[in-house]
Amino acid sequence: MNGKVVAIISGKGGVGKTTTAANLGIALATLGQKVVCIDTDIGLRNLDVVLGLENRIVYDLVDVVEGRCRLTQAMVRDRRYENLHLIPAAQTRDKSAVSASDMVRLCEELRSMADWIVIDSPAGIERGFRNAIAPADQVLVITNPEVSSLRDADRIIGLVEAEEKGPAQLIINRINPEMVKRGDMLSISDVIELLAIPLIGIVPEDETVLISTNSGQPVVLNEKSKAGLAFLNIGKRLLGEEVPWVSLNVKAGLLSRLGQLFSGET
Amino acid sequence: MEIKGIKEGILVKFHDQEWQNAKKALIQTLQDKQTFFDGAQLVLDVGHCVLGTHAIEVLQKKLNQHNISLYGLVSKSMITQEAAQKMGLITKLEKSKKKTDQKLEPSDVVLAGESAVLIRRTMRSGFTVKYKGHVAVIGDVNPGAEIIASGSVIVWGRLRGTVHAGADGDLTAIVCALDLSPTQLRIASKIAITPEGQAEPKPEVARIIDEQIVAEPWLN
Ligand SMILES: Nc1ncnc2c1ncn2[C@@H]1O[C@H](COP(=O)(O)OP(=O)(O)OP(=O)(O)O)[C@@H](O)[C@H]1O
Ligand SMILES: [Mg+2]
Repeated sequence: MNGKVVAIISGKGGVGKTTTAANLGIALATLGQKVVCIDTDIGLRNLDVVLGLENRIVYDLVDVVEGRCRLTQAMVRDRRYENLHLIPAAQTRDKSAVSASDMVRLCEELRSMADWIVIDSPAGIERGFRNAIAPADQVLVITNPEVSSLRDADRIIGLVEAEEKGPAQLIINRINPEMVKRGDMLSISDVIELLAIPLIGIVPEDETVLISTNSGQPVVLNEKSKAGLAFLNIGKRLLGEEVPWVSLNVKAGLLSRLGQLFSGET
Repeated sequence: MEIKGIKEGILVKFHDQEWQNAKKALIQTLQDKQTFFDGAQLVLDVGHCVLGTHAIEVLQKKLNQHNISLYGLVSKSMITQEAAQKMGLITKLEKSKKKTDQKLEPSDVVLAGESAVLIRRTMRSGFTVKYKGHVAVIGDVNPGAEIIASGSVIVWGRLRGTVHAGADGDLTAIVCALDLSPTQLRIASKIAITPEGQAEPKPEVARIIDEQIVAEPWLN
């Protein structure tokens, strides 16, 4: 097995990295892939909560790095999918406990055990971000269609390029078609025009996301949820499938233009 | 004293000095810059100084001691010229045939350029370019990116970041872009911001006219 490492980053906080990591992890698992999710948000772990695995944690990432347990001991198995595991972040320890080279080493080991290693990262452009992209083969940048999150996404895309980890792929999360139509929200084309990287997902604003987050049942498990479907499609695109873009009442012209942008990219 | 490299070797030119002083200065220089002059072929321009064959011979010996050969002696004095010619020295520098060949040799008609950097990528938020000279970007300059140039700024793309041209005070600096919508634009000490709700993007050039930054369409 030669697993691929996908880092999920954003720059700005609270735009949906953890939500994406959880849902993408499950999406890939439902598609038959062996998946390990890693929460690198040390001190603020919550991927375990979103996945509903909090009560199963014994060891964490820092325990592995500092040699207090074996890698497999820190891998929490999902309740629903036996091919999905989580390595949780440490809750209380200091952020410098894990280095970029620790992450590279850890992921080297995981590559032989899984098809996909999905890394959830902390907000910001400091150590946590560098830890996440150091081992990455692919980088997914999450942004909301909103100016400040866009600015930070642009900044972090530049940093990814500088680390020669580019081109990053883009997920636009929390798009609200009604607001876009009223001109109260940046449109998908505004976002793409500015960031100029290939798009891999458009996730609508969807209140079932919050509800499912609270219950530890990620929205991708909910077949009726539009956001869930969007996350499933991201998983399929990662696997190389060409998935048509779900219509969000966006103009046909735009979608065909998007099509051109992505051809050969995902 | 002036020293420069020429086709024939090294030219040392004196600015109307008395010969004895000039010679002293020359010998001193040769000693100071021994490695530079070692093995050189020298042409002296002595201006109005009058040198006879003897004086030239003395000089030649001196130069030989420094491993330098005297190749030519240029002078405004007829006497010096004749003496030099007698000793087989050249008395005229080969005019670098510019006048006649100029049109044929492209290298001779190259304009003196000014220093500039070229950036061939999108400048994303957080990236800054500072340059003493002109800055050219092939790509977009996104909001949050910044360009500071002592000269002009040219963007072949969308300019939406912050730009400061003529940062050292050059009022003639310009800023142009295919889509000129900077967050803030400065030229020298003048500041402008892009008005909200701009029309269709179009190539524009901004410069100072009557103490104010004015942006005009590229083709007017
Ligand atoms: N598509 C969506 N629709 C509605 N709510 C969403 C959507 N995506 C995320 N949210 C909500 O936004 C909040 C922040 O999401 P999340 O925790 O995934 O962000 P994050 O980028 O991981 O944040 P942090 O930077 O703090 O780690 C959560 O309450 C989540 O439920
Ligand atoms: Mg998070």
